[in-house]
Amino acid sequence: MNDQQEVTTRSATEPQAETGGPDAPQQPEWTLVPDVDIYEDAEGIVVQADMPGVSRERLDIQVNKDSLTIEGEARIDMPEGMEAVSADIRSTHYRRSFVLSAELDTDKIDAKLGDGVLTLRIPKRAEARPRKIEVSTG
Amino acid sequence: MFGFPTSFEGGRFDEFRRLERELDELLGRWRAPGSGIRSVARDTFPPVNAGVSADQVDVYLFAPGLDAGQIDVTVQNNLLTVSGERRIDLPEQANVYRRERHAGAFRRVVTLPEDADPDRVNAAYRDGILHVTVQRRESSRPRRVEIQ
Repeated sequence: MNDQQEVTTRSATEPQAETGGPDAPQQPEWTLVPDVDIYEDAEGIVVQADMPGVSRERLDIQVNKDSLTIEGEARIDMPEGMEAVSADIRSTHYRRSFVLSAELDTDKIDAKLGDGVLTLRIPKRAEARPRKIEVSTG
Repeated sequence: MFGFPTSFEGGRFDEFRRLERELDELLGRWRAPGSGIRSVARDTFPPVNAGVSADQVDVYLFAPGLDAGQIDVTVQNNLLTVSGERRIDLPEQANVYRRERHAGAFRRVVTLPEDADPDRVNAAYRDGILHVTVQRRESSRPRRVEIQ
């Protein structure tokens, strides 16, 4: 390991320009796209998103028909009169959307937020879970 | 005061660059972490923001999902080093669709201004942000000179 260098790199949390025009003054111009891990097991789908600086009160999770949107506002303490000299992160607003599929039970999404990591557990509807099909002989 | 250590409202990149340059000069050429010889690619984990005020240097590391006890913070020769490991264990039998979050060891080095006091460093971890505060030495703060 090189002592002064990063060991690994990862995909960028790049700010992306929002499309909100003059009609959408509420939308911040820059949005952070949280890095996510997504996996599926027999029970459902799990989404884990990095949203450092976001507390529970500033987190918003919305399901609208087949789309899932996670949104959050990062807040951190800053001393009086501080001037930024360097910033990898250039926005306070996180937002990312996903398209869900019909077999997922959006009424039973479980959300946990801890140390800036959001974990969403989206269960499959009972009838969509894998069943073992017994093969009969004869 | 709440806020964010970025002069970037509205995404004006040039403004930020200008500020960066001016502060370099103002602070006796403290190389901002992004331009120093020890700087790394912008997408390196964890992202770092840094700011200065008259009394102190504030460094913010956006490192969610860590155990505070496992983060190693040291200051030596005006170098602030933060290292640790983020373990992410995905279940073996699962189908993994996306794996964007950084997993494994990380280390970031930030060059502090010359007047940073290595004996007065404070670090706090909240909501996935590690906030390191380094006090600056008394003598280097701007002093008002009274005109006789």
